[in-house]
Amino acid sequence: MTDQNNPPLLSIEGVHKSFPGVRALDNVSLTLNAGEIHALLGENGAGKSTLIKVLTGIYVKDSGSLVMDGKPVHIHDSLDAQKHGIRTVYQEINLIPTMTVAENLTLLDQPKRMGLISWRSAESRAREMLRRVGLDIDLRSQLDSHSVAIQQMVAIARALGSKARILILDEPTASLDSQEIARLFELMRQLKSEGMGIIFVTHFLDQVYDISDTISVLRNGCHVGTFKTEALSRSDLVSHMLGKDLDTLHHEQSDSSLEHGNRQRILSLKQVGRRNMLNPLDLDLHQGEVVGLAGLLGSGRTEVCQLAFGAKRPDQGRKSWLGTEVSINTPKQAIAQGMAYCPEDRKHHGIVAELSVRENLILALQSARGWWSPMPMSEQKAIVDEFIQRLNIKTPHMEKPIGELSGGNQQKVILARWLITQPKLLILDEPTRGIDVGAHHEIIQIIKDLCGEGMSLLVASSEVEEIVAFAHRVAVMRDRTKVAEVSGDRISQKSIIQAIAQ
Amino acid sequence: MQFVSKPRPDAKTLAPVISLFVLIMGTSLVTPGFLDISIVDGHIYGSLVDIVHRATPMLLVAVGMAIVIGTKGIDLSVGSIIAISGAVTAVLTVNTEWLPFVVMGCALLAGMACGLWNGLLVTVFGIQPIVATLILMVAGRGIAQMITGGQIVTFHSEFFNAIGNGFFAGLPLRVVLAIVIVVATALVLRKTALGLFFESVGANAESSRLMGIDSRMLILIAYVFSGFCSAMAGIILAADIRGADANNAGLWLELDAILAVVIAGASLSGGRIYLGLTVIGALIIQTLTTAILTSGLPAQYNLIVKASIVLLVLLIQSSRTRDFVKSRLMLARRSSHVE
Repeated sequence: MTDQNNPPLLSIEGVHKSFPGVRALDNVSLTLNAGEIHALLGENGAGKSTLIKVLTGIYVKDSGSLVMDGKPVHIHDSLDAQKHGIRTVYQEINLIPTMTVAENLTLLDQPKRMGLISWRSAESRAREMLRRVGLDIDLRSQLDSHSVAIQQMVAIARALGSKARILILDEPTASLDSQEIARLFELMRQLKSEGMGIIFVTHFLDQVYDISDTISVLRNGCHVGTFKTEALSRSDLVSHMLGKDLDTLHHEQSDSSLEHGNRQRILSLKQVGRRNMLNPLDLDLHQGEVVGLAGLLGSGRTEVCQLAFGAKRPDQGRKSWLGTEVSINTPKQAIAQGMAYCPEDRKHHGIVAELSVRENLILALQSARGWWSPMPMSEQKAIVDEFIQRLNIKTPHMEKPIGELSGGNQQKVILARWLITQPKLLILDEPTRGIDVGAHHEIIQIIKDLCGEGMSLLVASSEVEEIVAFAHRVAVMRDRTKVAEVSGDRISQKSIIQAIAQ
Repeated sequence: MQFVSKPRPDAKTLAPVISLFVLIMGTSLVTPGFLDISIVDGHIYGSLVDIVHRATPMLLVAVGMAIVIGTKGIDLSVGSIIAISGAVTAVLTVNTEWLPFVVMGCALLAGMACGLWNGLLVTVFGIQPIVATLILMVAGRGIAQMITGGQIVTFHSEFFNAIGNGFFAGLPLRVVLAIVIVVATALVLRKTALGLFFESVGANAESSRLMGIDSRMLILIAYVFSGFCSAMAGIILAADIRGADANNAGLWLELDAILAVVIAGASLSGGRIYLGLTVIGALIIQTLTTAILTSGLPAQYNLIVKASIVLLVLLIQSSRTRDFVKSRLMLARRSSHVE
C-alpha cells in the first residue's frame, strides 16, 4: 500500500500464536501508518487482546514478523516494546490509586540527584507530561481523588512519556461519559497530527466512525479484512465482525404497544429516593413489561436500580409489591419477594471470581434456600448443565473459576444465577457492558424471551439503541431526577435523546 | 455442542500430601525406629502416634483459622484464647466443686465469647481483622493472668487427665476428640451450604451481600468457631500439664496455625477453605518439630531447619516454581534430543 520511500510505521506480517487447544492468531497481517488511527474490532475471543499482547511483548508470537520503518524488529518482552516506542493503555487503568499524580507519572523513571530522587525535577517532568495531554491538575493530589476519565488521561500521559511512536488504546472509553470521550478524542486527533500511529480497540461502533481512519476486523483469530472507514457501512462492518447479516439482528423494534392497563402491577415506587443519590421518583413495573432506564453516565440510572432492589437503602418513599405495601430495604428482603439484580460492576459486585461456574450459578438460589438446605450435587449439575446449554455459556467445564471466563460468558452465568431463582422482577444494570457483539445480541434476545414468559424487567443502559430495541416504556433520567417517561409508539432514539438533552 | 468435563485434581492439592510423606520417610532414614508402632496394654505407641498426639492443639487451632482465613480474615488472638480457656479450666477446677463437664463448658464458652468479641470488632465496627484480633492477642494474656492471679495454677482431675493423656479405644483421647471435631466441621461445611457461603463471603463480600447472603453473620460465626477451637486446644494443653500457665500457654501458636493453613494452599486473601489439607499442614509442622528434636541436631539449629523446610514446602506449593521446573525439564529434554 505504501511506496518504498515511506515504509509504514509498523507492519505485522503473517503472525501466528497458539495456546493449548486454541489458535488465537492465525496468519494475521496489519499495517499501521504514522498519523493513522486504526480501529481494531472483533468479538471477545477474536484475538484482539492476543495481538496487542504480541505487540507489547507479553506474549511471544509463534511465527510471522513485525516490521517497523521497513526494518524487522524482535519483541520478546515489554522492555523491547518500550524501546521501540510501543506504548499501551489498558482498559483497567494500571496506575497506583494511592500515589500522587506526579509519583504515578515518574514512578518508572525517577530523576535522581546524587542517588536521591529529586522531587522538584520529577514534578516539572510530570507537568510536562500532563501538558502534552492538555491536563491541568494538582500534581500532588492523590490519583484516586480524580475521576476515572482524568485517571485515564494520566495513564495516557504516562504511556506517551518520551519517544512514543505507537499508542495502543485498549477499550479506553469503557468507563467514560460522552464529554470525557470527546476530550479523549481531541487528544487522539492531536497525537495523530503529530505523526503518532494509534491502534484503538473498542466495542462502540459510533466511536469507531467518529475517530478512526482505518478499520481492521478480526474474527476467531483470523484477519477478516482492513477497510477505509468512510468506505465501510455499519451493517457491513457488523456482518464482518459477526459473520452474518445484520438485518436479522438490528432495527427490530419491540412490540411496544403493550396494554398494561389490565396487567398486574409487580413493583411500584412512590417518591423513593435518597439524599445526594437520587431525587424522589415514581415508577411502576408491570408483569411482562420491560422498562428501560435511559440517561447519561451519572444521571441516576444505576441509583434507581440500587434503590429499587435495596442494594442501597432508600431514605424516603414507599414501595409496594403486587399491590401491598412492603419494606424492601435490603437485598435479602428484595430476593424474598421475588426480585433479582445484575449489577453494573460485574467484577466487583457480580461474580465471585475464585468460585467455579457451578458455584456462582447456584449461589443465589442456595442463599434463598438457606445454608441448612443444600442443593444436592446431582440437582446442581443438572441445573448448571441446562443453563450452560440454554444460554450458550462457553466454558470447558463447570468447575472452572468464573474469573477465567470472558466478560460475556460471566454475564450469562450471572443472568443464569438469577433465572434459576425464578424471579418475578429482574433488574439489569448495563447487562451488555464490556461484552462482544455476539453475546450482546444473545443477551438482548434473552431479555425479550423472559419478558415473553411474563417476567417483568427493569433495564438500565447507556445504549439508547438497545433500549429502543426491547423496552415497552422508558424512564429518562437526568441529574439524578426522572425527567420523562416515554411509552408505546413514541419510543425512538430521537425521542429519548431529546428528553435527555432538553 | 458443549464440552463439559471434570477438571483433573491439580498438583496443588497433592503437594502437601507428598510433602508430608517425604518428610516422614526422610525422618525415618535419619532416626531409626521412627516408623515403629507398638501396642502396649491395648494402647498404641510410637513416634508417629506421638506426633499426632502433640499436633492436636495446633491442629484444632488451624481448623478454626482455616475458616477465618476463608472469609478473608485472620485470627491472631488464638494463643491468648488458649491461655484464657486454660486459666478458666484451672481456676474453676481448683475453686469450685462443679462437674468437670461444666467446667469444660465454661472454658469453651469463654473462648467463644472471645471469638464473638473479635467478630463484632470486624463486622460491626469494620476494623481490619489483623488489627481487631491483635487487640485480644495483647489483652487476652492479661485477662488470663488476671484469672490465674498471676500464678501458675495447678489442678488435679481424673477427667482432665484423661483429656490430656488418656486413651479411648486404643487411641489417645485428645486425638479422638480432634478427629471428631474435624470430621464434624467438615460435614457441616460440605454437607450444608455453609462452606460455600464462607468462601463466597471471603472471595467477594459485596457480591455475596447482593445475593442475600448474610456476610456479617457468617463472619461472626467464623470467629466464634475459631474461639471454640482455640478454647478446646487450651483445655487440652492445660489438661496435659495439669495446670494453667497464662504467660506461655499457646505462645506463638497462631503462627504455626497460619502456616498450616497456608501450606494447605489457602490464600490469605480468602475465598477457599481446605480443611483436610489444613490437617495435613498441621501434621507437617508437628512432624518437623518432632523430627528435629529426635534427630539429635544441636538445639541452636532447630528454628533455622524448621523454617528452611517450611519454605521448601511452600516453594513446592507455588505454581510459579512448578512452571519454572517444568520448563527447565522440557529444555533439558529438548537439548538431550539434539545431542
